[in-house]
Amino acid sequence: MTLTLTCVAKTYGSGPRALHPTDLRIETGEILSLLGPSGCGKTTLLRLIAGLEEADPGAEIRFGDEDVTHLPVERRHIGMVFQSYALFPNMSVRDNIGYGLRMQRLPRAEIRSRVEEVIALCRLEPYADRAITALSGGQRQRVALARAFAPRPRIMLLDEPLSALDAALRLALRDELAALLRSFGTTVIFVTHDQDEALAISDRVAVMEAGQIRQIGTPEELYRAPRSPFVAEFVGHAMPLAGARRVGGLHLAGGILPLPAEAGPGPVYVRAEDLRLDPHGPLRACVDSVTFLGTHYRLGLSALTDQRLYALHHGQSAPRVGEAVTLSIAPEALICLPL
Amino acid sequence: MTARHFGTLCLLPLLIFSLAFLALPLVRLVLSSAAGEAGWGIYLQMLQKPRYLSALAQTLAVSAAVTVVALAVSTTAGLYLARNRFRGRAILLSILTLPLAFPGVVVGFMIILLGGRQGLVNQITPGHLVFAYSTFGLFLGYLYFSIPRVLLTVMAAAEKIDPALEEAARSLGAPPSRVLWDVLLPALRPAMVAAGAIAFATAMGAFGTAFTLATDIDVLPMVIYTEFTLSANFAMASALSIALGLVTWSVLLIARSLSGGAVASGG
Repeated sequence: MTLTLTCVAKTYGSGPRALHPTDLRIETGEILSLLGPSGCGKTTLLRLIAGLEEADPGAEIRFGDEDVTHLPVERRHIGMVFQSYALFPNMSVRDNIGYGLRMQRLPRAEIRSRVEEVIALCRLEPYADRAITALSGGQRQRVALARAFAPRPRIMLLDEPLSALDAALRLALRDELAALLRSFGTTVIFVTHDQDEALAISDRVAVMEAGQIRQIGTPEELYRAPRSPFVAEFVGHAMPLAGARRVGGLHLAGGILPLPAEAGPGPVYVRAEDLRLDPHGPLRACVDSVTFLGTHYRLGLSALTDQRLYALHHGQSAPRVGEAVTLSIAPEALICLPL
Repeated sequence: MTARHFGTLCLLPLLIFSLAFLALPLVRLVLSSAAGEAGWGIYLQMLQKPRYLSALAQTLAVSAAVTVVALAVSTTAGLYLARNRFRGRAILLSILTLPLAFPGVVVGFMIILLGGRQGLVNQITPGHLVFAYSTFGLFLGYLYFSIPRVLLTVMAAAEKIDPALEEAARSLGAPPSRVLWDVLLPALRPAMVAAGAIAFATAMGAFGTAFTLATDIDVLPMVIYTEFTLSANFAMASALSIALGLVTWSVLLIARSLSGGAVASGG
């Protein structure tokens, strides 16, 4: 089912706009994530789609052909997974999963078979009769997902479903969640502040800042061709190369960086993994810090630009702090933003 | 001194207090109930007297009614007050909890001003309605007394409910009545049992209000008072006191066990 938002905005009370007028179209079966720092309006947008908040006048929200702008959440037929999971503590796992089906007043036998089906899909068989309090964080997340999915919602909305888990578990469950969401086959909107999550799980990512969608595209597009400094820095931590554009390329404090011919006049960014130690490189810098991270070293570099830059160095040994190094950047690795 | 010993030492004041003011008088009470002419047979006499039994039944009925109505009124109001912010909310709250400041005597006095022979209701109704000196007046007084206590407990619990729980139920298609029944009331249950227990126990033992309202209302604390002061029947007064305590205690115990294990901390 396609979801179409037209001119959807939200203002809380007399405060500033939490969400500026936004247009968005999401195709059937697509997994879209809303990515941004806290306070960027991503959760507001999700709650507007859910019907938990009412949009400012003039908005239109359509699920397929149906205008749902003024429908309350209980009649929008969506599935929602909350950050805290919000499982009903007074019900068993099975009763939680069957709750939405019971609200639809389906025949008892149908509820039972549907619940069993979803329990199997989410691999919850060993926990089906447990109390919610007897579940681990990862199991709770799966129950929340199963409960939202059981009534066959038109659209699934997930609000930071991984943020309640600890770091190690989060990584393991991320791929599991992605696979489960794909197997559901419904349209999914997923809110997160973690770019790795967004890139790993979604078909398209909408990067939000200050109540607006800054850029929307596939994970590769966002990573390789950001269109604004914010997106470049937020997705993949690109670093600005501040210097003057003159003959020969970009004049930095640590040397002259040749630019590709097609580079526009806009700011130039680079990622830490593309800044390479190279004895014949055109750039000079001083090593400020060396952090060993297992697969690689992370070098803090000063004197290359006014700002401290980082380079990832793969190798058996690393330069020492205080040492001068020369660097190069492959021209195709430079991110040239439009002005 | 180890931490363990220190912990034990901290309990000492409570232990001394309990022994001196609770255990000793209780033992004394039990002994004095058997000190009369009838000995331990006083309990048999008590059970054979219809006046005592009807007083007990009436006390139980009034207390149960007060508990149920106070819970109903306070839960609805508490849920609303915990979720909504509006102008004058703080003032409304302080008015609602005002009865906490009054002793039972004053509450009884207020009921007389409202429903007594010279009361407001009697003056404005054509049928000259007087209810202050009846069980109904007593019920009103206890209710007035109980509502703020229950309200504060329920509100504290309602504020702790994760708003996402209610939103989750709604997103699954639950109408407001189901949200109340499936999410809010179960979440409030421990607080309601705790507050209900306090309301019930207070109503069972409340004396000031009853004493102010009338002497012809036969609730157990009044009967104990008359046995003690007017008839000087110390043994019967003691036996009735023990009966009152036991009945209240066992009703609370039953209520707690029926409402599940979460209530051990309540009441």
